[in-house]
Amino acid sequence: MRHGRYPLIVSFLLPPLVLYGVFVLSPYLQAFQISTTDWLGYSAQADPVGLANFQTLLHDGYVWNALKNNAILLAVVPVLTIALGLFFATMLTMGGRRGRAGVSGVRGTAVYRLVYFFPQVLSVVIIALLWKEIYHPNSGLLNGALRAVGLPAPTWLGDPRFAFWCVLAVMVWSNVGFYVVLFGAAMQAIPRDIYEAVMLDGASRTVMLRKITIPLLWDTIQVAWIYLAIAALDGFILVQLMTNGGPNFSSDVIGMRMYDTAFGSETKFGYASAIGVVMFFLTLSVAVLALRAARRDRIEYS
Amino acid sequence: MNRRDILRRSAAAGLLATPAAGLLAGCATSGGDDDKGDSGSYQGTKSEQNPLGVKEDAPLEVVIFNGGFGEEYAKSHEAMYKEKYPKAEIKHSATQEINKTLQPRFVDGTPPDVVNNSGAGQIDPNGLVSQNALADLGQLLAAPSLDIPGKTVKDTLLPGAVDVGSYDGKFLVMNYTYTVYGIWHSTKLFTERNWQYAKTWDEHIALCKQIKAAGIAPWTYAGIHPRYMSWPLISTAIKLGGPSVALAIDNLEPNAWKSDAMKTAADAWYQIVKDKYILEGSPGLDHKQSQTAWCQGKAAFISCGSWLESEQKDVTPAGFNMTVAPTPSLGSGDKLPFEAIRGTAGEPFIVPAKAKNVAGGLEYFRTMLSKKGAQDFTKKVASLTVVAGTTEGVELPFGLTSVVKALEASGSNGFNWVYNNYYRKLERNLVDAACGEFFSGRSTPAEFLDQCQNGADSIAQDSSIKKYKRAA
Repeated sequence: MRHGRYPLIVSFLLPPLVLYGVFVLSPYLQAFQISTTDWLGYSAQADPVGLANFQTLLHDGYVWNALKNNAILLAVVPVLTIALGLFFATMLTMGGRRGRAGVSGVRGTAVYRLVYFFPQVLSVVIIALLWKEIYHPNSGLLNGALRAVGLPAPTWLGDPRFAFWCVLAVMVWSNVGFYVVLFGAAMQAIPRDIYEAVMLDGASRTVMLRKITIPLLWDTIQVAWIYLAIAALDGFILVQLMTNGGPNFSSDVIGMRMYDTAFGSETKFGYASAIGVVMFFLTLSVAVLALRAARRDRIEYS
Repeated sequence: MNRRDILRRSAAAGLLATPAAGLLAGCATSGGDDDKGDSGSYQGTKSEQNPLGVKEDAPLEVVIFNGGFGEEYAKSHEAMYKEKYPKAEIKHSATQEINKTLQPRFVDGTPPDVVNNSGAGQIDPNGLVSQNALADLGQLLAAPSLDIPGKTVKDTLLPGAVDVGSYDGKFLVMNYTYTVYGIWHSTKLFTERNWQYAKTWDEHIALCKQIKAAGIAPWTYAGIHPRYMSWPLISTAIKLGGPSVALAIDNLEPNAWKSDAMKTAADAWYQIVKDKYILEGSPGLDHKQSQTAWCQGKAAFISCGSWLESEQKDVTPAGFNMTVAPTPSLGSGDKLPFEAIRGTAGEPFIVPAKAKNVAGGLEYFRTMLSKKGAQDFTKKVASLTVVAGTTEGVELPFGLTSVVKALEASGSNGFNWVYNNYYRKLERNLVDAACGEFFSGRSTPAEFLDQCQNGADSIAQDSSIKKYKRAA
């Protein structure tokens, strides 16, 4: 038996490992190498400059401005998305008042679940263009509604006070649906009798959410947190399509800086790779921190 | 574990290690042998009929930017080339992402022979020039024109066409179209309302007041790309202070953006911001949205280049009759007359230095710059080319006719600047952001010029950006 085992394992493992090496590991490694050069991207000439790119980066005001915006995204997007996702999922699985005793969702749960999931079906590009029109200062849906009730109509994406928050709102909007479904599915897995027991003990819905649902969903929330944190460090597609980082860099993000440095207004691939390397370590540390901070004992239903 | 296991395992490790070594050799920056030289390139014998020395059966690869002009015009240029060199095989492709598609091929040392480096995915020209990635087009200029007898290619071009693509005196980028930048209005709207386009700034402000009173916003602009408004502002300054204003800006001279002419121009333009002569909400519009608002008659003026007419083709109402006009004069002290307008060559084409068929690429340009090639282009896409006098006998749409007239009136007073070609980042990022603050009323003229100057200074101080100087 043992005779043919290794060739078999190797032949199964090799193709995926090679693919992973070529398409995942090698670009990462190359980015590290390129970040220590002054490569300009359109010739084979790249002179090593050591850590000069990272030194420049330390003093680059535009990079810091972009990082500041990513920090805000990191602080706000996961919290808001998870809170909204939990709220909607709870309403859909146990918000109903029907029959008082049983645990059921609000009326029309199936429809809501479908509607919430819509943004997830659209590509990010379509979402960005859709919202760009909604935020249109003159003929947009939003300002149309505001004017109809006699409120002032700002220029949204054209105003540095709002542009960034407009993009942030779209980010939350486009993500919530997925987490409603994710949390909803996880809630279905929680044994009904636990809820019935605490309801007999007279627990309110808030107490149920706080003391039963969230602790039992903790693993899922943790995963959601990591996904959203990583998404918050990106945000590139929405920003590029909706505001291009403007007005006056007010909605810039680090991914946008990297793209602009390599493909946009300059061809500094070495410097852009340095920005990429910084992004890599930031994302990695955020993921590790999120995992550490959220570590709790796993609960298994018997 | 026995010996056989160890042997097997090390063999497996070897299998894994081999591709890894290959990977390192195939790194992004290690491709393309620099010492390959011209050994792989096609070269024919030069003759009177073949001044560039094209090898007649050498294949030619052309990559076209598939934007506002489409790709059909290029196919007919290719057919003309093929007519002359029937044995040459032409590979045509079109893309919207020039940089992402071609970057690996530049690094690898196997770029196509002709690239239409244009659009939002344009490769920063400074990046290409500073890496010696472009072939010198000097030979092309000296070659005789294909079908205009007795003239070299250079003689057939409009003034300024060569300067725009020249870096430190070398002609490296062939800009094919001729673009006029000015202020646009609808002749129909102006006739209906009995308005006259104003020739001086004071009259312009008075007209704006009149337009606003009629319930129309005098101005709109692309708030998401506010650099469009830097064009009329700088034009106003150049007409006041003469072409040296532009020269100083292009050469990154200290305080070029804060010259007296720029100060006066910024103060003048601040009037339309202060008096709210700009369509409300404009700072939140992109170029398409603002141009559409203008086409719908919500605003009277817009700043744009002569591609506006074809870009707006689908939404322009019949009989709208768009007309381009120069920026109003500030006063009698202006160094240039009212008619002076900014005209420049645009739509860049390049032949990469490492292209296999450089001679073929140059010959392809010669075909484009022939009278036949240029007329065909103008007919197909309703845009002027850099070849002089090729609009005769071609029926032009209304807007383009006004462009031709404006160019004729401007004559030798025409002016231009090239800092946007030298330092893409300066216009696209830094001046752009400053314009956004200024035309939305968030900064004063002094703050605006400071912000532009800071941008220019940051470019000047950045040792990683290659600098260019031009003489008058």
